[in-house]
Amino acid sequence: MLSPSEQAPLPAEPVVESGSVQNREALSKGDRLRSLVRWESVLVIALAATVVFGVSVSSQFLTGSNIFNIGLANGEVAIMALPMTLIIIAGEIDLSIASTLALSSSLVGYLWMHGWPMPGIIVFVLAIGVVLGAVNGILVTRLGLPSLAVTIGTMTLYAGMAEIVLGSTIVSDFPASYTKIGVTAFPHTELSYSAVIFLVLAIVFGAVMHATPFGRSLFAIGWNKEAAQYAGIRVKRVKTTLYMVSGLIGALAGVLYTFRLSTAEFDNGSGLVLSVVAIVLLGGVSIFGGKGTLFGVILAVIVFCSLQNALLLTSFPEDATGIVTGGLLLVSVLLPNGGDLFRRARSRKNRHRTSSAS
Amino acid sequence: MRSTHPKWRTAIVGVAAVAMAATTLSMSSASAAPSTTLKKGLKVFVIPKNLGNSYFTTADSVKSQGALYALKKLGETGQETSGTADTPSSQLPIIQADISKGANALVISATDPQALCPTLNAAMKKGITVVTYDSDAPTCRSLFVNQATPQGIGDAQVDLLASEINDTGEIGIVSASASDTNQNTWISYMKQELKKFPKMKLDTIVYGNDDTATSTQVTQGLLSRYPNLKGIISPTSIGLPAAAAVLDTSQYRGKIKLVGLATPNEMKKYVADGTVKAFVCWNPADLGYLAAYAAVELASHAITGAKGQSFVAGKLGRYTVVADHTIVLGVPFVFNKSNINNFNF
Repeated sequence: MLSPSEQAPLPAEPVVESGSVQNREALSKGDRLRSLVRWESVLVIALAATVVFGVSVSSQFLTGSNIFNIGLANGEVAIMALPMTLIIIAGEIDLSIASTLALSSSLVGYLWMHGWPMPGIIVFVLAIGVVLGAVNGILVTRLGLPSLAVTIGTMTLYAGMAEIVLGSTIVSDFPASYTKIGVTAFPHTELSYSAVIFLVLAIVFGAVMHATPFGRSLFAIGWNKEAAQYAGIRVKRVKTTLYMVSGLIGALAGVLYTFRLSTAEFDNGSGLVLSVVAIVLLGGVSIFGGKGTLFGVILAVIVFCSLQNALLLTSFPEDATGIVTGGLLLVSVLLPNGGDLFRRARSRKNRHRTSSAS
Repeated sequence: MRSTHPKWRTAIVGVAAVAMAATTLSMSSASAAPSTTLKKGLKVFVIPKNLGNSYFTTADSVKSQGALYALKKLGETGQETSGTADTPSSQLPIIQADISKGANALVISATDPQALCPTLNAAMKKGITVVTYDSDAPTCRSLFVNQATPQGIGDAQVDLLASEINDTGEIGIVSASASDTNQNTWISYMKQELKKFPKMKLDTIVYGNDDTATSTQVTQGLLSRYPNLKGIISPTSIGLPAAAAVLDTSQYRGKIKLVGLATPNEMKKYVADGTVKAFVCWNPADLGYLAAYAAVELASHAITGAKGQSFVAGKLGRYTVVADHTIVLGVPFVFNKSNINNFNF
């Protein structure tokens, strides 16, 4: 038996393997916390920079009505980022959430045209959202299919169903008591209704994620699915629940979107999923799973929306703000994982040096 | 001794009364004085149904002497913004963005008669002038600038087609977007006018969403679904050339008659080779120009948009508001082989 001093020395730093969730070795909690705190500081600085930029571009940037507009234009995207955060931390993804929005919007329009009462429509549509999410969950967990492929499939499927439901019809005669969310602020605040809903849901999701066993299980599943399974976590049930929540939130976003624009169209919300994923990744959530905080995502939401708004105020063409989305997405993937990539490259170099020296 | 003789007092009261009456009369809305100076430096956003639409490029641009040209001449800050799809979901966020950019006036071709209303009504409450042109949102604007009477537009196209197919046969309509206010208004007048031709039947309406590729597709679909089709009406300057391109093949030319609305430059080729015998239009640049003037007049409080008020719209002359806060540009003009080459827009 070798004495402890004769045993091979432990590696100076934990080796982080490439993205596959199965092979991931756990970083110590201290390491993880340290890297996250660094990222959130970056976000706070980015937010400050955006505010400075916005104020320099327009004196209207920090006015109540502009803050209302920031929340109004992005409320649904922000809300959808919440379940997306949980899903990505658990090592999966849901690209179909914006198509759930589209199908929900189409259903709202269709049922309204056919005389259903609005409260009934909302309940029905939310229930359908849960079902749509369950379909994703079952395909991913029971059939073991990769979530990227599954949700690309359901993204297209649900969007097609939206077009079948509503066709080229556009429904826009919704009652003012609902469409007012598109023009008036939430009472006693300067915020839009969707911004308020986002904040309330963010608190709920944050509490679940960071203060419940369910939330902790997400990190475990994201780090190492097998280990989590062996530790007694019901991985399939957790993931199916996540997808059902995502479907529910997608449907809620669809209802809000429809009332905000006072329009039900089959292609409502097309392209929004990209912004949702960009925001979540910008928030420091690792695309490989197992790492992230909701606070980071909230900061990312504010940075993203404020930056788009500031650009808009400079007469930047509306559709070119996609440059912002794309750029932030790249930055948000490179920077947090850049640290890992750099460390991996360095340790590989060190290993070669050590082996060649011995 | 009284300070003023009774006769003087009467005279003063009389003069005062006359003066008050004169001031009131000149302030009345029956005829606004054209000498009111128009405000300068207003931030005006011109919001067509969608960007990349050649009809609106002509209506709005400086080069064609459209809306932005008029705004420039008047000393205002004009900008053309819109979404890329002819739908309210695409247009409305742009309107909301323009309002937050500090708009003083909005000149809008509405993609939907109702969807824009919550936002536009809130804008008007904030003192922003809202003028619609080309396509109306009747319950949420101060003034609508119409190219011609909708009845005139609808009737002209039906009558043209009827004369080409001998008042007999099945017809189809290739429209823009299903929610476009102007399309639906014209189509409803077309349906009325069709009652005068009992041997003509409207098979269906298809929607090309003012996009060339989609319009081509839906026209092809129309032709294959209704083999007995004798005529097509396409009251949109994107749909008509697209439908003409589909018909401009040996299979269809001459067998199916096509009429509609478009600008002469787009149709010269098809009129020359006989695919389209005649079509109807007006000058979209004049429409944009007039709409810009109307917006500035309103924003400067020179007019309120009430019936009977009038103003001089620069090079176009004097226009008067008719019922329902509407100004009509003129009558639809029929273009055909004999006159099309006289025009360049």
